[in-house]
Amino acid sequence: MKYALRRVAMLFLTMLLVSLFTFAAFELISGDTATAMLGTEATPERLEALRTELGLDRPMPVRYGEWLAGFFTGNLGVSTSYHQPVGELIAPKMRVTLCLSLLTFLLIIAVSIPLGLWSAGRAGGALDGLGTAFNQLCMAVPPFFTGILLSWGFGIVLRWFVPGEFPDPAVDFTGAVRYLFFAAVALAIPRIAMTVRMLRSTIQAEMRKDYVRTAISRGNDRAAVLRRHVLKNALPPVVTFLAQTLAEIVAGSIVVEQVFAIPGLGRILVASISNRDYPTVQAIVVILAFWVVLAGMAADLIGQRIDPRLRLGGGE
Amino acid sequence: MRRRWNGYLIAGLVLTALLAALILLGFFWTPYDPAAMSAGAKLEGPSLRHLMGTDQFGRDIFSRVLQGAGSTSLIALCTVAIGGVGGAAVGALTGYFGGLADEALMRVNDALTAFPSILLALVVISLLGPGNKYNVIVALGLVFIPSFARVTRTAFASLRDVNYIKSARLMGASSGRIMAVHMLPNILPVLLPALTIGFNNAVLAEASMSFLGIGVKPPDASLGYMLSEAQGLLFGAPWYAAGTGLVIVLLVFSVGLLGEGLRRRDGEVL
Repeated sequence: MKYALRRVAMLFLTMLLVSLFTFAAFELISGDTATAMLGTEATPERLEALRTELGLDRPMPVRYGEWLAGFFTGNLGVSTSYHQPVGELIAPKMRVTLCLSLLTFLLIIAVSIPLGLWSAGRAGGALDGLGTAFNQLCMAVPPFFTGILLSWGFGIVLRWFVPGEFPDPAVDFTGAVRYLFFAAVALAIPRIAMTVRMLRSTIQAEMRKDYVRTAISRGNDRAAVLRRHVLKNALPPVVTFLAQTLAEIVAGSIVVEQVFAIPGLGRILVASISNRDYPTVQAIVVILAFWVVLAGMAADLIGQRIDPRLRLGGGE
Repeated sequence: MRRRWNGYLIAGLVLTALLAALILLGFFWTPYDPAAMSAGAKLEGPSLRHLMGTDQFGRDIFSRVLQGAGSTSLIALCTVAIGGVGGAAVGALTGYFGGLADEALMRVNDALTAFPSILLALVVISLLGPGNKYNVIVALGLVFIPSFARVTRTAFASLRDVNYIKSARLMGASSGRIMAVHMLPNILPVLLPALTIGFNNAVLAEASMSFLGIGVKPPDASLGYMLSEAQGLLFGAPWYAAGTGLVIVLLVFSVGLLGEGLRRRDGEVL
C-alpha cells in the first residue's frame, strides 16, 4: 500500500515535469502565437490586442500555472487552426483512439500469449529457425503498409468495408468496431511478433534454471512445470513489456489512423503539427504522455503484486 | 555456443549486401530517369519494361523506389550516426565515471525511453518545423540518443572494474585512452546489434513521418511519401503500393536478420 502511494506520488511528479518541459519547449521554440494566428502582415496594434486577449503579455510561470490549472479543469486553450476550444475538439477523437488502442491490445494478448507459450515449448530445430525468420519478417512490416494491404484486400477486392469511410460510432457501432478491427490488425502484427519473441526468450531463460531441472527430474512433466512454476516467474518482465506495448500502440495509432482515415487523436495531432497549431499539439502531447506514464505505473503495480520480491527492492 | 557464422548472419549479410549494392547503384544509375514523365504509359502494371509499373505521371516506379530507398537509407544512416555517436559518448562517460551525474542522467534517460520514439520524434519535428529532410534527421537522431546511451552505459559500467581495465589504469593510461582503446572494442558485440535495430527503427520512423506528410517531402525522395501517394491510387494501381512497401519490408527484414545473426554469434542466444 505504501509502495502504491509512493508510486502515485511519483506519477504526479513525473507528469508535472513532463507538462513543464512540454510547455517550456513549445513556449521557447513555437515563436509568437499571435503572429501565427494573424499572419505576418498583421498590424502591431492588432497583434498587441490579440496578445492581451490571449494573455500572452504576462510572464511565463504565470501562464504555465494557468495552463496547468486549465488542464485539470478541462480548459485546454483554444485551437489556433480550428478556432474551437481544444477540449471540445479532441474529446470525441480521444474516444475513437482509446477504442482502437484497446482493441489492438486485446488482439495482441489473445494471439501472442498462446503463440509465445507454444513456441517456447518447442525451441530448436530447423522449424524453429524458420519461425524466428518469420518473426523478423512480421517485425519488418510497418503498420501503415499492412494497413494499405488490408484496405486493398478486404476493402477493395472483398468489399468487407469501405476504406476511408469510418462509420459514425453513435449511428453504427458494430460497423465502427468492424472498421477499427482492420486497423487494429495492422497495428498489432509487429507488436505480436515482438511479444512472442520476448515471451519466448523469457520462458526459455527460466527453463534453464536449476529449479526447473529439479522439478523435471522429480518426475513432473514439462507442461506442468511450465504452467505451475515457470509462468509465475516469467510474468513480471512480460507485464512490463506489455505496458510499453500499450504506450507504443497509442503512438502507432497516429500512423494507422491516417491510413484508414479514422478520426482519432493521431489524425488531429498530425494536422495540428502541419498547421503549427501549438495549443492543440501541446494538449495532445501531454495527454499521450499521461497515458504512457499511467501504463508504466499500472505495470509496476501489477508486477509487484505478482512478484513480492519486487516490493522489497523498493520503488525505483 | 560461440560460432563465427550462423544462418541468420549469412542470410542477413547476403540480403543486406544485395540491397546495399542495388541502392548504391541507384545513386548513379536507374533504369529510367526517376523524374521523367512519359506521355504514353500512365499507371501501367508491372512488366519487363517497367519492373514495378508506372505511376500516375508515367514515371517508372522501380527507378523511383530505388531513389527513395537510397534517400531513406541515407537518412537512417545519418540518424544512427547522430544517435549512436551521441548515445555512445553519453553512455561511455556516465558508465565509466559513474557518480551523481550518472544517476541523474539515467533517471532522465529512463523517463525518455518510456516514451515511444515516434511520439518524441513528432514533438521534436513540430518544434523544428515539419517537411524538411534535415529536421527529420535531427529529430530522429536526438530521439535515438537515450536508447544508445543506455546500452553503452550498461556495457561500460560492467567493464569499469574488470582486471585488465584496472591494470591499464595502474600503468597510467588516461581515461580517454582506456575508453577508446580498451573498452570500446569489447563492447562492440553489444553495440553492433543495437546499431542494426536503430537503423531499422530509423527507417520505419522516417517512412512513417513522411507517410504522414510531416517528414521528407518532394522534391526529396522518400519511400514513406511514395506510399502515401500510392494509397490514393490503390484502386487503379495496387502494384504501386505493393512495390514501394515491399522495398521497406525487405530493407528492414534484411538488416533485422543481420542484427539477429550478430547477436547470436556473440553468444547472447535468446
